[in-house]
Amino acid sequence: MQQINLLLASIPDGILLGFVYGLAAMGLTLIWGVMNVINLAHGPIIALGMFGTFFMFSRLGINPYAGLIPVAFVGLLVGILIYTVAVHRVINAPHLSSLLATFSVNMIIIGLGTAALTTSPYNVDFSAGSIQLGSTTLLGTRLIAALVAMLFTAGLYLFLYRTRPGKFIRAVANNRAAAELMGVPSTRILALSFGLGTMLAAVSGALIATFFPFSILAGGSYELKSFVIGVLGGLGNPIGALFGGLILGVLEGIIPAFLESSWVPVIEFGLFVLILLVRPSGLFGAKK
Amino acid sequence: MKLWNRHTGILVPLLAVIALTLWPVLTGKPANRETAFTLLKAVALASSLNILLGYTGYVSFGHIVFYGFGGYVGIYLLTERGWSLWMALLAGGVASGILAFLLGSAILRLRGAYFALATIGVNEAMRAFINNFELFGGPTGITLNFSVYKTYGGAAQALQTSFFIGAGLALFALILSYLVRSSKFGLGLLAIRENEDAAEVMGVTAPKAKTWAYVFSAIVPGMVGVLFFFKNGNVEPHDAFPLHASIELLVMVMLGGQGTVFGPILGALAYQGMRGFLVTSPIFKDIQLSVSGVLLLLIVLFIPAGAIGWLRHRMPLFRRVLA
Repeated sequence: MQQINLLLASIPDGILLGFVYGLAAMGLTLIWGVMNVINLAHGPIIALGMFGTFFMFSRLGINPYAGLIPVAFVGLLVGILIYTVAVHRVINAPHLSSLLATFSVNMIIIGLGTAALTTSPYNVDFSAGSIQLGSTTLLGTRLIAALVAMLFTAGLYLFLYRTRPGKFIRAVANNRAAAELMGVPSTRILALSFGLGTMLAAVSGALIATFFPFSILAGGSYELKSFVIGVLGGLGNPIGALFGGLILGVLEGIIPAFLESSWVPVIEFGLFVLILLVRPSGLFGAKK
Repeated sequence: MKLWNRHTGILVPLLAVIALTLWPVLTGKPANRETAFTLLKAVALASSLNILLGYTGYVSFGHIVFYGFGGYVGIYLLTERGWSLWMALLAGGVASGILAFLLGSAILRLRGAYFALATIGVNEAMRAFINNFELFGGPTGITLNFSVYKTYGGAAQALQTSFFIGAGLALFALILSYLVRSSKFGLGLLAIRENEDAAEVMGVTAPKAKTWAYVFSAIVPGMVGVLFFFKNGNVEPHDAFPLHASIELLVMVMLGGQGTVFGPILGALAYQGMRGFLVTSPIFKDIQLSVSGVLLLLIVLFIPAGAIGWLRHRMPLFRRVLA
């Protein structure tokens, strides 16, 4: 009975968190889908998003949700910059080159961030009330974060399927050479896709900052979660990432009811390796 | 004479490791010995990773898992079962080798970035598992009883012995790397690196060859782990499976030149030397990570073959000497 109560309390929370994790993973998986690059600078960008919220809310008093707009915009620009400087030259090189190139960006951001902000934890003291549903309490910040994540997913979907640049992105993802022959400016589209990926990461970081404490190194664990989610939903499948996020969020809600919570990462990463082995295209990916 | 002509490639790496071993012996300073130990450890680990990364072309982002796992097994046997250091070292190497064999049979089917991701997953899963594994002390790990060092002539003497074992392991890693490189087996690995499907058509049994390459690249890290944690006095999950150390190893191999025997050694020395300089320099000490990042980016973008690869390409003279 106690376990059921615990589950009732933790599953809705897990679902809400799952949407936000899914948003972060969507950024990773979008970049992978378009250019076959795993962005190892994903974690630091999430952390930058967190600090974006922190500085705007704590120093300037801007509402965290209004602050999402500048965070998203800066995230887009940072991504385009990273693509131009670090990724473009190695886009056709073996995987090791692009992995190390994005990792060097990771080191640069973490190095500067550590020097400027230290690695001590920060938190944003923001509350959006809570809702009582029977015996469970839903925090307002998490509820809004999940809604924003859904909004961004819908926005991404509309962008990819209803606008011209979105169609270009899908064309480049499908076959870059053919897209170029059709007159698609592939370099600009690749830069835009990378920017969108980092934008989603920064926004998810900004949302996470409203309910969890964080440091400049905090992005690392969300980056690892994004890998797990990306693989669950199928790398390169942004909508699958949202479902992957939900699965991970629910798992994080369920496991502590039966095992000690320190077993959560064992199961997560075990599942991750297992899915890579038996279904590398993900649970929702098409069979190749 | 003929033999020497065929094997000139091992000469420079051999001399480098021997010089590194003799340096603290001749100067007699314990501080130099510790520096040399760190360098030799990096040489041993980078040379091992090179067998998988440089020769076979598989990018492992979690190679440190073998260092941590071997170290844990060795230290457990040393403290709880009363094994000698020598047996524990062997056991650590064997344990890592077996782990690599089992893992390799499964995850080496994945290619490219999928393999890289799987290795990250394996490392994180192992770290999280050890964290919960009571036999290995869970989150607090295992601490060596200080009296263990008495068997090896006291703590000071044990440090000295550890240093020579470390040098021996670096030498072993280097010779293993050279033997693989100059053998028919190694040629098969190089073929897999260039084009796995074509290699299979030419008669290389790719799954078997890859698995053995993985095993060979895991044995020395397992032994180095045992030695390092023996010297350190304790082992805990956080120190045993640091993901960033895996990536540092990749950087060393890239820096010196992947797929060459001397490259990882040069890369390990250069990287550790640079790091030592940056950490102590007053200007760069706060942003040393960023400076390393910028250097790494420049290397990846402009000299992807690494120092040795670049030299071999530019100056044919070096091709005979630098294998």
